[in-house]
Parts: sequence; C-alpha cells; structure tokens
Amino acid sequence: MTDTNALVLAGIGKQFTLHVQGGVVLPVLSGIDLAVAPGECVALNGPSGAGKSSLLRLVYGNYRAQAGSIRVGHRGGWVDVATASAQTILELRRHTLGYVSQFLRVIPRVPAIDVVAEPARAVGQSAAEAEHRAERLLSRLRIPERLWSLPPATFSGGEQQRINLARGFVVDFPVLLLDEPTAALDADNRRTVVALIGEAKARGAAVLGIFHDGEVRDAVADRVFAMRPPALAA
Amino acid sequence: MTGQPLLRVAGVTRRYGTRIGCRDVTFDLWPGEVLGIVGESGSGKTTLLKCLSAQLEPDAGRIVYATRDDGPQDIFALSEPRRRLLARTDWGIVHQHPVEGLRMKVSAGANVGERLMAVGARHYGQIRTSALDWLGRVEIPRDRIDDMPRTFSGGMLQRLQIARNLVSQPRLVFMDEPTGSLDVSVQARLLDLLRGLVADLGLSVVVVTHDLAVARLLAHRLMVMRAGSVVEEGLTDQVLDDPQHPYTQLLVASILHP
Repeated sequence: MTDTNALVLAGIGKQFTLHVQGGVVLPVLSGIDLAVAPGECVALNGPSGAGKSSLLRLVYGNYRAQAGSIRVGHRGGWVDVATASAQTILELRRHTLGYVSQFLRVIPRVPAIDVVAEPARAVGQSAAEAEHRAERLLSRLRIPERLWSLPPATFSGGEQQRINLARGFVVDFPVLLLDEPTAALDADNRRTVVALIGEAKARGAAVLGIFHDGEVRDAVADRVFAMRPPALAA
Repeated sequence: MTGQPLLRVAGVTRRYGTRIGCRDVTFDLWPGEVLGIVGESGSGKTTLLKCLSAQLEPDAGRIVYATRDDGPQDIFALSEPRRRLLARTDWGIVHQHPVEGLRMKVSAGANVGERLMAVGARHYGQIRTSALDWLGRVEIPRDRIDDMPRTFSGGMLQRLQIARNLVSQPRLVFMDEPTGSLDVSVQARLLDLLRGLVADLGLSVVVVTHDLAVARLLAHRLMVMRAGSVVEEGLTDQVLDDPQHPYTQLLVASILHP
C-alpha cells in the first residue's frame, strides 16, 4: 500500500512540555495514521485546537514528533521526517515538500519577485526561468506589477498571503502542505487558488491542507480527515 | 549534502584555569552549510569559535578540517606555519568590531588588496580591480577606495571587513556577532547582503550570535549553548519554533516582538 502513496503518517504523537511554565504538558496529537496518494487532496478538518496546523508543521519538520513516523516519498526512496538529519530535511524541503503557511516570514530588503523566485532558484532553475515562473504566478494571483519590486513587509495581509502562495507553487513540489491558503483572499483569488491546487493534483502532487472555507474544501478535497482536540478524544 | 564534512569537531573542551570555556562540543559542518551558535554572553560561544578558527588551542578534543590538497587534517596537529597558511587561504574571520579585523591605518582598497597579496597576488592592476569589484559587492561606493576606514560609518566598516575576508575566496568563514555593533536599520542591510553572498559563493559558515532573529535569517542549523555545553541542536526553525530544552524555551520566550 505504501508504494502507491506520497506521504504516510503512522502513529504520530506530539505534545509540548512547557518548562518555562513549570513543566506543564500539553498533549496535541496522538495515534495519527494518514496516507496521501499522488494526485489526491486530503483536507484536515476539526475545531481549532485539534492540532491541524501542528500536524502540517510536523510533516514539514518544523515541529519534532515524539512518536510515530512521517514518511515522505523523495527521489524514488523514503525519508522519515521524524528521524531525518537537518541536512536531509532541508533537501526534502528544497525538492519535495512545499509548505504554504498562514503568515509570510519577511526577509528585509528582498523584493516580492525574488521572494517568490527563490525556491525555483534553489532547485537549480536559471535566474531568468525562475523569474518568469514567479511573474506568471504573481500575475495569476493579481499582485499588481508595481509591487513586484518592493519588499512585502508593508503589503496587506491578503497580498502577503498571495506572495506566500506564489512561493509554494513556483516549484512543482510532489507534496504540498497548505495551511488555510485562502483565509485572507477575495472570491476571485480563492478561485485562482482552487485552480492552482487542481493543476497541482493533475500533475500528481499529493496535497494535505486545512481549508476553513467550505466551498474551497468541497472544490479541492477528495477526502476529509477528521481531527478532534485531545481533551475530547477518548 | 554529499561528500564529506568540511569540518569535524569532536569533544572540544577549553578551560580557563578551573573555569569552563566550552565543554565536550561535537558536530560536523557540511560544505555550503551555515551553522548558528546561540546562547547568552558567557555561554562559551566565542571561546568555541576561537578554538574552531585556531585562535585558541583546546585542552581536549579534535578539530579536523578537510583541506583542498591533503584531505582531512587535525588543525592543531599541523605546524604553526601551515596552520597560519590555512587560515589565510581557506578561512575568513569576521569580528564583531570591524576595527579588530581591519587595518585602520591603510586605505579601504589596501585593506581588501592586502588579503589578495597574502595569498600570492602581485599584479597591482588586477588587485585594484578585484578590490573595486568587492567594494561594489558589499555596497561601498567605488570612489571611496582610497579613503581611510576611519572616515567610514559602522555599517560600512563591517561591510569592508566582509569584503576583506571574502576577496581571497575562502571556503569557511567564522563570524562573531557580525551585526552586533550595528544599528538595527543597518543590520537588515548587512544580513541581506550576507545571505546573498553565502548562497552565491556556497560558503560554509559558523556564525555566533545572541540574536535569534539573526540566527533564523542566516543559519540552516542551530546549536544552543549554555554554561559551556551544547544543550540543544537541530534545524534552525525547529529549534526556534519547537524548542525542547528548558534553556532554549527560556531564550525563545524572552524575545521581544515590536
């Protein structure tokens, strides 16, 4: 079964131990089993506090799992993010794992167009090719051309989210992690994101995402994975 | 990353009398990797950096550097002249205070050109051309080439120090609080410049900083030091967003957000 999947989570457990607050332990996730096939989109669903964003961060290697394995298909083999070295996770992020977070982490002085083109440069595309792809995405996401050469620090929330989206789609990542990619977008841009996700699925990307907007979820998700806050779970 | 580590550090310990500078530090640094060392003052970061860059001999442990010609070599087993040659040709050291890394009595151009002459360049025209090129890359106006460093601002001095270090094409650069002596507005420019240079040149870097925002922007991987020991290490964003050790949690929780 695993051979037909792009992403396989087994027995994921995560808790935070807050040493600064006297060692309080916050359980977040336990016993999560989930697989996503190429071309499939799975929507994580559940109330806030259910650990949806944490699960995406675990897959990206941003959080450390305490239990279980997170296997990602990478260049014909498998990488377990839960045990991989920093070097391996960085390579996985460069070539295989795309992640669109809710907030853009701005780099001082770097223009929007370069922020978007950077992941394409990192996988070895020429500067011209990377810039061309970045321009196409910025156009599709309706970022006015006069903003392309400006650093996104002063952009609105919706504009920053679209810069983040463009960054996530500028490389044809085999696995895409999307954390509420349409939260701050208007209807036209939501439709563009739905189209981008559809195109990614069509080329065989496995998509794992959180979509609060029911319409967007219905349009892109093949399956819903229900999650509950740990206190409510048995 | 493939091949072999550029630097293998095993069990490095340095004491000052009975006091511990750094204790039992072990890590590998890979080609093209930027390693950040974070922790408060007195945590042993700078002692460790001085050991790694052969400015201070450890009491115990090994520091093995993959030389271009002779493969991996224990740097403290090399003769003093060979170690100096290695430091001059293969390494760069960027000090927190630019005056420690610059010669204040000679011109900006000479500060950059001197490094080239130290690795064997003799042709005046070519040295000047390289110096001009590097001043441009660190965003110092080319018409300042004959000016003395004392006429430069703090940010310009730090960029000049970086040009002096990079002109000889080192493979490994050590940086001690490279933005520490600068105003915040000047820091951003230097950070962005450093990011670009490191990526373009494929440099390996060990950067010591107490500023976690600097670490996040520059470093692929972080080591957190406390009281001379490494208490946590890992992918930079993982250490900062999901810190495991109580001390790292305290550091991250202590950041002020404007």
